[in-house]
Amino acid sequence: MARRHKHLVLILARELASNLATPTLIANDEGQLVFYNEAAEEIVGRTFAETGEMPLDDWTGSFVPRARDSQESLPAGRRPARIALDERRAAHEQFRITSLDGSDRDVAVTAFPLFAHADEFVGIMAIFWREQPGA
Amino acid sequence: MRLTIWGCRGSVPTPGPETLECGGNTSCVEVSLDNGTALVLDAGTGIRRLGQQLLERGTKRVHLLLTHLHLDHVEGLRFFGPLWDAQTTIDIWGPPSPLLSLKERIGRSFSPPLFPIDLAAVPADVEFHDVPRAPWTLAGATLTADLVVHPGPTVGFRVETPTSSFAYLPDHEPALAGVIAGRSTDWLSGASVAENADVLFHDAQYSDEEYEERIGWGHSSIGDAVTFSRAVGARRLLLFHHEPAHSDDLLEGLEAQARAVAGGDGSSLTLAREGMVVDLP
Repeated sequence: MARRHKHLVLILARELASNLATPTLIANDEGQLVFYNEAAEEIVGRTFAETGEMPLDDWTGSFVPRARDSQESLPAGRRPARIALDERRAAHEQFRITSLDGSDRDVAVTAFPLFAHADEFVGIMAIFWREQPGA
Repeated sequence: MRLTIWGCRGSVPTPGPETLECGGNTSCVEVSLDNGTALVLDAGTGIRRLGQQLLERGTKRVHLLLTHLHLDHVEGLRFFGPLWDAQTTIDIWGPPSPLLSLKERIGRSFSPPLFPIDLAAVPADVEFHDVPRAPWTLAGATLTADLVVHPGPTVGFRVETPTSSFAYLPDHEPALAGVIAGRSTDWLSGASVAENADVLFHDAQYSDEEYEERIGWGHSSIGDAVTFSRAVGARRLLLFHHEPAHSDDLLEGLEAQARAVAGGDGSSLTLAREGMVVDLP
């Protein structure tokens, strides 16, 4: 089948995310960002229609994720979405980002892998929990 | 490629005078390829009569493709004649499950109290296969299976030869994953098997009014079937998996409504009827 067709689990995950008030993004098994919902647009500062599909690492990097205390760049090994993609396990982390509108935001992110029937890994979901700076 | 409908009723067999035209047997479609190979889609009660035919024809090799294991799609299997012929080889393909193999799941219906004879006692040489994620070739045709919206592991099938294509989605509720019309087909359940098909057999179990009371049950309204067919660019639509409560008269009324929705002269849309034969180049 043509690869461009999304796996059913991603289709259903997108429908779920589209109906959530919680900022949520979805990436496929190759680490390609394929969707984020309207609630996430507020954090990102840009609509998904404007962003389009792109490598998740490129997208994440554009927000300069960094440790809240030291302000040091958050390495890929501590980024929940990357952990969920590489290690296929759930991960959670708190860090600071700079949105595309220039504002700093403290966020907590929980990411987890999506497995279809027969344990087929098809991608990840990541959920952003909004926090107040300094909280 | 020749398609023969041996059963197109949904959910439960419905024999009786009010269903003589469309038939009461549950899902079973035979796909005859030019080289004589028989592919069988689903093992609803329609497969019993097909089995008799295959034995009379002397068919010794059968590929049975199961969309899923709900009872109306497997309940004819135990009475499929070739299964009880030691000279026959049957390959059964079905959706994978994380817990039990296809053989184990089907084996449940070949055990007490449901059935007196164990699967191990079946005389035919039977092999079980999870459907591959990528397209594969059977008897000169290219087959594609992909998961679709329906409760439990369920796939739709596409059968393609160099000259024609057929998509089979008997149990499918794409509207549950969002509005169908206007949606990019890469985000549309079932599009991976149905896009630009010459013929599409699609779930059309409910009237639009009935569907409003049964959202999430895994089946489509007739209106959604028409919309889906249009969205994927299918050239001909057969409304399939008829609601057991729908008589022939009611179904013909719904067919007329569907044609009105579809527009044109309606020649590209029809009810599936038991015994119907569709020839493709």
